[in-house]
Amino acid sequence: MTFLFAAAGGDAALAFIELGAVAIGLAVLARLAGRWGITAIPFYLLAGLAVGEGGFAPLDVSSDFISLAGDIGVLLLLLTLGLEYTSDELRQGLRTGVAPGLLDAAANFTPGFLAGVVLGWEVEGALLLGGVCWVSSSGVIAKVLSDLDRLGNRETPAILNLLVMEDLAMAAYLPVMAALLAGTGVADAALTVGISLAAVAVILTLALRWGQGLSSLLARGSDEALLLSLFGITLLVGGLAEQLQVSAAIGAFLVGLALSGPVQARAGALIEPLRDLFAATFFLFFSFQIRPGSLVAVAVPALLLAAVTGGTKLATGWFAARRMGVALHGRLRAGTVLIARGEFSIVLASLGAAAADGEELRALAAGYVLLTATTATLLTKHAERLAPAR
Amino acid sequence: MPQVTETHLPGVGVRHDFTTARGERVGVVFHRSGRRELLLYGREDPDACLTALHLSPDDTRTLAELLGATQVSEVLATVQQRLEGVALDWVNVPAGSPFAGSTIRRGQFRTQTGVSIVAVIRGDATVPAPGPDFELQPGDVTVAVGTPEGLSEFADLLGA
Repeated sequence: MTFLFAAAGGDAALAFIELGAVAIGLAVLARLAGRWGITAIPFYLLAGLAVGEGGFAPLDVSSDFISLAGDIGVLLLLLTLGLEYTSDELRQGLRTGVAPGLLDAAANFTPGFLAGVVLGWEVEGALLLGGVCWVSSSGVIAKVLSDLDRLGNRETPAILNLLVMEDLAMAAYLPVMAALLAGTGVADAALTVGISLAAVAVILTLALRWGQGLSSLLARGSDEALLLSLFGITLLVGGLAEQLQVSAAIGAFLVGLALSGPVQARAGALIEPLRDLFAATFFLFFSFQIRPGSLVAVAVPALLLAAVTGGTKLATGWFAARRMGVALHGRLRAGTVLIARGEFSIVLASLGAAAADGEELRALAAGYVLLTATTATLLTKHAERLAPAR
Repeated sequence: MPQVTETHLPGVGVRHDFTTARGERVGVVFHRSGRRELLLYGREDPDACLTALHLSPDDTRTLAELLGATQVSEVLATVQQRLEGVALDWVNVPAGSPFAGSTIRRGQFRTQTGVSIVAVIRGDATVPAPGPDFELQPGDVTVAVGTPEGLSEFADLLGA
C-alpha cells in the first residue's frame, strides 16, 4: 500500500495538506459563528474569497475536485430540505399558506428581477436574481428560532408555513430556470420547460403516492446501509434529472420529499454531518471563483437590493403573522427573521454560472447573502426595540 | 379540564398549549426527535414565550412524575416492611369492595389467605387490633400481616 500512495507522489501530499488546512480554517469559523449565534455561511463565503483567485492565500488544489464536492453539497442541501417536511405538512401548507406565499413571491421576486433588468442583464440572469431575493434561508431561520427560544412563539407557525411554501415553489421554479438556461430559442425553451415541469409533476406524484414503499424498504437496513442507499439514490436521481435538463438539485429535493415516517427522521440525522461537510465545500467553492474585485464592484447594488428586499420581506412576515392574529412585536420578529437569505440563494446563483452574466450574478449573490444573513440575525434579536415604546 | 390547542410546526413538530386556571398560558413543543420544550408565555406580549425549558425524554419522565403522575403514589403504596417470610402491608378498602360494610368475621380473611388485620386506619384515627365484629367501611386502610402471596390474595379479595 505504501508505494501505491508514494506513486501518487507529492501531488496528493500537497493536496491533503492544503485541504486539511482549509477544513481546519472552516472549523474555526464555524465555532466563531456558533459563539456569535449567527450562521456560518457568510464566513464560508469570506473564506472562499480569501483562498480563491486574487485572494490573499490562493490555493492550488485542482478545482475539479472541489467543484465536484461542491456539487454533491448542493444535492445534499436539497435532500435535507426535502427531508425536513412530511407530505402531510406540504399538503397542509398548500391549503392554508397560498395567500402569504403569493405575496412573498410577488414582493420579493420582483425587486430582484427589476434589479437584474436595470443592471442590463439577460432575462435568465434577472430571473435568477429574482429567485435569489425571493427565498429565505430555512437553515438560518431554523437555527435562529431555536437559538432564541422562539419555537413556541405564536408567530412561528406563520414563518414556518412561509418556508414550506417557498420550498414548494422552488420545485416548480428550479426546473423552469434549468430549462431556460439550457434552451436556445424561445420555442426550444418552452418545450424544455414543458418537459421538465411534467417530469417534476410525475416524480412528485410518485413520491407522494409511493414514497411509503421506498421508506419502508429503506427502513429495514442498518444505519450504514441506509446512509449508502440514500447517498446513492440521491446522486442517481439527481444525475438522471440533470440528463433530462430538470436540474440535479430538484431531483435530490424530490428524493427527500418521497421519504416519510420514522426513516425520514433517521435519514435526516444520518445525512446531516455529510451535508455539513459537502455544503461547506460548496459555499467555499462558490466564492472561491469570485474575484474580490468584482465583489467590490457590486457592493452598491448589493446594499441597495438588501435594503429594498429587507423591507419587502419584513412586510411579508408582518402580513403573514398578522393573519394569525399576532400582535405588533410578534409581527416584527417574524418579519426580521425572514430577511435572512442563505443556502438556496447561493444554489440559485451557482445555477447561472454559465449564463451570460454569471460572474456578476455570483458576486452580487455572495454580497447579498453576506448582508442579509448577518443583519437578519442581528435585527431579529432586537426586533422588539424596533417598535415604538408604549 | 382546560381546552388544549394544537398547532403544527412544519419541520419541527407539534405545539400544544392551554391557559391555566389563574390565566397563565403554558405550552409544550413536541419535537420530532422526542425532545420537548416546556413554554411559559408572557402577559405583556402573549405571542412570545418568557421561558423555554429544554427537556430530553428522560427529563420529561422525571418532570411528569414530580408533577404527580401515577409513579409517585405507586412507589409509596408498595412500600412494604418485610420480616423473614412475613410481610406487612397497607391495603385499601375501595368504595366498590365486596366487603365494604361487612364485618371482618364475615370476610373469613384469615381462613382463606392466612392474613391477619392488625389495625385499620379510618380518616385520621387508627383502630388497633380490630375485633371480628369490626365493620369495614369504604375508604378504610387495613394494616395486614401475612405471607407476600397471602397479602396479594387478600388485596384481590378486598378489590384493592
